[in-house]
Amino acid sequence: MNESLRNIWTIAKRELGGYFNSPVAYVFIVIFLLLNGFFTFMLGNFFEIGEASLTRPFFSWHPWLYLFLVPAAGMRLWAEERRVGTLELLLTMPITAWQAIAGKFAASWIFLGIALFLTFPVVLTVSFLGNPDLGAILAGYLGSFLLAGAYLAVTVMTSAMTRNQVISFILSVVICFFLILAGWEPVTNLLVRWAPSWLVETVASFSVMPHFSSFQRGVVDFRDLLFFASVMVFSLFSTSVILRGLRSS
Amino acid sequence: MIHVENLVKEFGTKRAVNGISFTVNKGEILGFLGPNGAGKSTTMRMITGFLPPTSGRVTVGGHDVAVEPVAAKKLIGYLPESAPAYSDMTVHGFLSFIAELRGLRGAAGQDAVHRVASMCVLEGVLHQSIDTLSKGYRHRTCLAQSIIHDPQVLVLDEPTDGLDPNQKHEIRLLLKRLGQNKAIIFSTHILEEVDAVCSRAIIIDRGVVVANGSPAELRGRHELAGSVTLRVLGVGAETVRAKLGGLSIVEKSTAREESGWVHARVFPKSKAVNGDLAGAIAELTVREGWRFDELHTEEGRLDEVFRSFTLPDTATSKSK
Repeated sequence: MNESLRNIWTIAKRELGGYFNSPVAYVFIVIFLLLNGFFTFMLGNFFEIGEASLTRPFFSWHPWLYLFLVPAAGMRLWAEERRVGTLELLLTMPITAWQAIAGKFAASWIFLGIALFLTFPVVLTVSFLGNPDLGAILAGYLGSFLLAGAYLAVTVMTSAMTRNQVISFILSVVICFFLILAGWEPVTNLLVRWAPSWLVETVASFSVMPHFSSFQRGVVDFRDLLFFASVMVFSLFSTSVILRGLRSS
Repeated sequence: MIHVENLVKEFGTKRAVNGISFTVNKGEILGFLGPNGAGKSTTMRMITGFLPPTSGRVTVGGHDVAVEPVAAKKLIGYLPESAPAYSDMTVHGFLSFIAELRGLRGAAGQDAVHRVASMCVLEGVLHQSIDTLSKGYRHRTCLAQSIIHDPQVLVLDEPTDGLDPNQKHEIRLLLKRLGQNKAIIFSTHILEEVDAVCSRAIIIDRGVVVANGSPAELRGRHELAGSVTLRVLGVGAETVRAKLGGLSIVEKSTAREESGWVHARVFPKSKAVNGDLAGAIAELTVREGWRFDELHTEEGRLDEVFRSFTLPDTATSKSK
């Protein structure tokens, strides 16, 4: 491993340890799994649909579930460092701000991946009951993981903006909510009335919904991958700008 | 090792640091003095690369902190003002984390952790969570992280703040030991500390260096430095003053009588603190047969020097 990857891994390991050494990780995972079960089996009418598929009953809830859970998992990342003053310690280590950002992001993303992985009984259930398209399920999981990553990158950014975790949480929810709503029809319809169509399309293209739904259908399109990657890169880049601005003002 | 050139830092319209320059060489311990808000912490944050300077340059071991931050930071150990540490980690976990970031992995990292833990007397709390530690231990934990990679340069922002007298003493001994082959810069409010530890001291006020010299030199700037006090019994004050004033190296002398004792103060013509004046006076007392119980040369007092440099307008502020 080269030095920068090693530094990223050192930071990520500490953050992961931070999750699992406190009740946060366990509370989060339990709530995540409970809500998933509730949405899938109660609201999603998993049994009544009579389809051997996870698209509608399972994955379609994730944008809404993540809307609150991902900011909750990531709001601490920079806000806490700023509040306690360890930011000064971290940024005077022989590492770049990028390595610190990447390490923190990776740790939280891995953590969300672990929580998502623990939903596997749903896959076992649907395979036991019918004959689902496992490729589509895998694509759905990939999409869900990327969606979580995109929200998380936004949360990393809002977390660097403030030393208050609650503010970071709220800002992140608002931005992620925009990422859902921008392409949501009732909203685009409102815009169409007065805005030129290029504006409506531009706004709508920020939405995670169309990109996420193609994964749910089992389609892994390069453009969708690019969309999620660019949301993440943009947010993490903004984080580095915010951290630099914090110190030079 | 540390070279600071015309360093300026502005926060909005406020100039926190206004053109500070100094150099710290290997084997030197520089005490950084100044009232609260003088710009001590800001300067240290710029040296360690946490704050980018508005203008000016800092080089550490030949590396410009702004141009090669990682190379410069590798040489520096830093204790920030509030001694921050990750409170959810154990002391051992925290020190291991820092060791890894400093490039000490595996056995080398564990060796380093145990070495600094014993230097900073942390062995007893190694596996305790940092948020359960008392302030002294937390402070020493953060100090331990700053020396874990045996850095050539140490920047310590108030390393003895909040410690009890024994702990302060320990830290001073540690600094003296480390200072033999490192360049150390530390800030403090405690002036005895400067005397006890530093080879040189800088006083800054409102972002500007107002004095720079060894503790003895700084003390020498005190108005009474170099003067000699004498306490004599059974002679009139006027006689004492006249006889003392008659010595060739004496600039002026004062004397007053108090319950039988005459308290005299003698100022030499040259303001050097040496034994010449005291010796001359001792000979005089023997010659005259005076009974005296006190004779000593005033070395000057750092706290008064500090006050005179940082409060140039004392008189006006008092009259307000």
